[in-house]
Amino acid sequence: MTTTEPAAQPAPAPEPRHGRRLFVLWLVLSLAADLLIWFAWKPHLPPGDMSDAARHQQFDIAVLAISAAPVIVFAILYFVYALVVWRIRPGDDAAGDGEPIYGHTKVQVSWIVGTTVIVMWLFVFGTVELVTPAGAGAGEGPSPIWKLAGTQSATWTPGGKTMLDVQVIGQQWAWTYRYPQFGGMESSELMLPVNTPVTFHVTSLDVIHSFWAYQLGVKADANPQVDNVAYVTAKTLGSVTVRCNELCGIWHGAMFNYGHVVSQSAFQSWASGVQAKEKADGVLADLPPYALTYDPTVIPQMGENLIKIDGITGAAGYYYPPSDPVTP
Amino acid sequence: MAIETHQDRPEPASSEPAGAPPVGGPGGVLRPWHLRPGAHLGVLCAAAGYLLGHLLGNFLSSAYQQNLLSDSNDIPIVLGYTFGTLGWLGGLGVFNDLGRQMLGRPLLAEVRHGGSEAGLSKYFRYTLDHKVVGIQYLYGMIAYFLTGGLFAMAIRSELLSPSYHLLGPSQYLMVVGEHGTMMMMMMSSVILGPFGQYFGPLLIGSKRVAFPRIEALGFWLTPAAYVILLSGVLFGGFPTGWTGYEPLATQATAGEDAYFFAFGLMGLSMILAGFNMIVTVINYRAPGMRWSRLPMFVWSMFTVSFLQVLSVPVLIGACYMGLMDRTFQTAFFSNQLGGSSFLYEDLFWFFGHPEVYILALPGFGVISEVVAVFCRKPLFGYRVAAAGMLGVGILSFFVWQHHLFDSGINPDMRPLFMLTTELISIPTGFIYLVGMGTFWKARIRFTVPMLFALAFYFNFLIGGISGVFLSDVPADTTEHGSFFVMAHFHYTIMGGLIFAFMAGIYYWLPKMTGFKLNERLGKLHFWTMFIFFNTTFLPLFAIGLMGMPRRVFEYARNLETLNDWVSISAFCLGVSILIFVVNFVMSMLFWREPEVDNPWRSRSLEWQLSSPPPPENFRRVPVILSGSYDYGVPDALPVADLNPPAGVIGAAYAGAPAAPPGMPPGMEVSR
Repeated sequence: MTTTEPAAQPAPAPEPRHGRRLFVLWLVLSLAADLLIWFAWKPHLPPGDMSDAARHQQFDIAVLAISAAPVIVFAILYFVYALVVWRIRPGDDAAGDGEPIYGHTKVQVSWIVGTTVIVMWLFVFGTVELVTPAGAGAGEGPSPIWKLAGTQSATWTPGGKTMLDVQVIGQQWAWTYRYPQFGGMESSELMLPVNTPVTFHVTSLDVIHSFWAYQLGVKADANPQVDNVAYVTAKTLGSVTVRCNELCGIWHGAMFNYGHVVSQSAFQSWASGVQAKEKADGVLADLPPYALTYDPTVIPQMGENLIKIDGITGAAGYYYPPSDPVTP
Repeated sequence: MAIETHQDRPEPASSEPAGAPPVGGPGGVLRPWHLRPGAHLGVLCAAAGYLLGHLLGNFLSSAYQQNLLSDSNDIPIVLGYTFGTLGWLGGLGVFNDLGRQMLGRPLLAEVRHGGSEAGLSKYFRYTLDHKVVGIQYLYGMIAYFLTGGLFAMAIRSELLSPSYHLLGPSQYLMVVGEHGTMMMMMMSSVILGPFGQYFGPLLIGSKRVAFPRIEALGFWLTPAAYVILLSGVLFGGFPTGWTGYEPLATQATAGEDAYFFAFGLMGLSMILAGFNMIVTVINYRAPGMRWSRLPMFVWSMFTVSFLQVLSVPVLIGACYMGLMDRTFQTAFFSNQLGGSSFLYEDLFWFFGHPEVYILALPGFGVISEVVAVFCRKPLFGYRVAAAGMLGVGILSFFVWQHHLFDSGINPDMRPLFMLTTELISIPTGFIYLVGMGTFWKARIRFTVPMLFALAFYFNFLIGGISGVFLSDVPADTTEHGSFFVMAHFHYTIMGGLIFAFMAGIYYWLPKMTGFKLNERLGKLHFWTMFIFFNTTFLPLFAIGLMGMPRRVFEYARNLETLNDWVSISAFCLGVSILIFVVNFVMSMLFWREPEVDNPWRSRSLEWQLSSPPPPENFRRVPVILSGSYDYGVPDALPVADLNPPAGVIGAAYAGAPAAPPGMPPGMEVSR
């Protein structure tokens, strides 16, 4: 499928068969490159295979690389061949001109057809890969059209088909995660159960951030006053790096933390534990009610107290005044 | 001889008789340089204007100060920039003729004839000769490039270590923003400015451009934009990078005003240059310069000009709205107050993506010229090449949302924008078809411009193919906003455009100045630049895929080795640029080896003239006889008759007066 490069053979020449030589060289080299990419490189390609979205992205990058390699090989091979074969050598007629070839209809048409075929293939492949894994981990905005299968419920228990909702709140310069199915408790580290469909609701309290859970293959901008939805199902246990991927001010580079994918029962006990603790500390009562977006200018500035209690910074609304940045 | 005359309009009685005398000759009264408008007066007036504007701003807005979030009053700063820019232009004399025309007084001769004047002072004045403007652009853009390059060195120094910092976080963002914005502003004019303005009219056989005042104004806005953008440093820079995303831009301190104002000003310059180029190419082609004979470089200038005229107003609108948000506290981009941060993203990228092709297309044009000359073959598939440029130009307006795949806009258009983005690689591929076809059985000469052209094909290949990875939404989810993107656009812009710019310099500078560039240093420059460019930017693809976002000053420790490698390569790349500077300065100022008129044996029209071309380009309007790419055609006609018999053109354009020798103004018929 990908090894079609019809424009590979320019018009056959009388003397050495440049076209045939180039074609054979190209075939051998691009086959070797594609085999190498598929068998040696693909297992190591980012972002790994920790979630369904990540797996699809890895597969996509590999397929794109396989489609691109013959094209790259073709172009470089052609130019190198031309430079070697058709350069002016010492002793040649230095003033001589080349053959006046203004064009070649067959070559031009097959080039256009060839590139169009490649492009249409990439488009169809890309669209299928976008739709099947529910948007492929990209933020879909407030009304997603490609969704993960799973039932909505006000509570979450291990073993069921219920989706887990996780709200991701970005602010300068920290991430907070809020779990509406556990009383709206907040945590500064991301915990996810394995093999569970997860809905991320990404929002921001101040400027645009971008939630990038690298190993999960999830990326969604956190816009103030916007609920940006992304889906993922983690497939293996492990830890996840979360970085801010959209320039958000001076400590953008320091805006990262870590998450963990744990077993469903471990997640259940962690989440109910945090919920119980925050209830006992009075944090849950003080937090603003769970909502898809928050306006920090109308949330009571209770955050400083909460930070002292539980190290939480998110929807509680305390954020760093921009002209007075604080090292996170 | 008049560069600009209005034949159909009776000139008002003036001290300057028709068929104006040469400058300094009998009748031409020239004041001493310091009494004439020029850059020195411009600087004084700009300073006075800034102070006046600042004062006015404080006076107007002292009662309600401060930006919504940044606690600063930006009105005096923006008014200072406005009045400073007006002062700069006024001091240069941009408005003099305008005022004189309004008052019904004769126009000043010295503005028009600046180009034919000896000495350096014409380069510091508002003159109407497109060749002077081209040289001004050349030096201006090199200054931009070197300044932006120094910022890049600072970025790479900071990234030598993931945890030990040379720059503070706000300094780092200041450097990143200045680097990105300065380079983006420069790249939009780096070929259209020097080569487009200089060679555009020469290549179409015209004695002038359509709107010399607009063209000169376009250039003189760029130093103002440069100074204003750099002045952001005095306010602590701007934290938004070159994209200026809202609402961070509203929150930022006063440096952001510099960003918006300078970018808007540069946008104005781009629009002016584009208008002038469009009208010049349509109306000022010499007889016989059919569309099917138009050199590919002119095609690229023509297409780019349309892109600029159509897309840049959107940028100016966005910059204006951003400034309004920051000064008068409107809420165009503030989600909390009913505005939309998506609006800014859409406006910016609606400009931003055509902008990317505004950068790429001139490179295609230069490369096409260079390749045909040094392959000694006609350009393969001329029509395909022109169609490719137009196709890229049109499609570039329909791809902008691929910058917003993860942003949270409605996702239903994603497949469409994925399709348009991938479609654009078809016309881009035409450039490769043309290049490869021209190389087929060519007689290739490895001159320095040719080396840069070859490197262009290599670099742009990597840049273009990586762009296809980014167009694919699932793959883009990992790559978006990471160093992968950064590597991608450095490959297309630096590896494509700057290599093409260098090809253009080595190809055309002898024509512009009459002096040779040293070939040995040129080859050294090429090889160091090519090798270190690739060692710098190729690893960045890997760094991005391994999870390093753009514009961060701290990164994962396991990426330190790769980043160090990149930084060291980047410093070597800097040294390579220094070799270029040394070559340029030594060859132009000290060695000054005169170049023959046509060292490359090019058939192109500009090479049939002396080096540098005479002040009026052509003594007579040439008659174009054949295409400029007819290499190897056994009995090809010369490209043009530079000295057509008197009356030939006059007859072709009925109504124009017959032309006696000596070129009266009536020969201004290249319409």
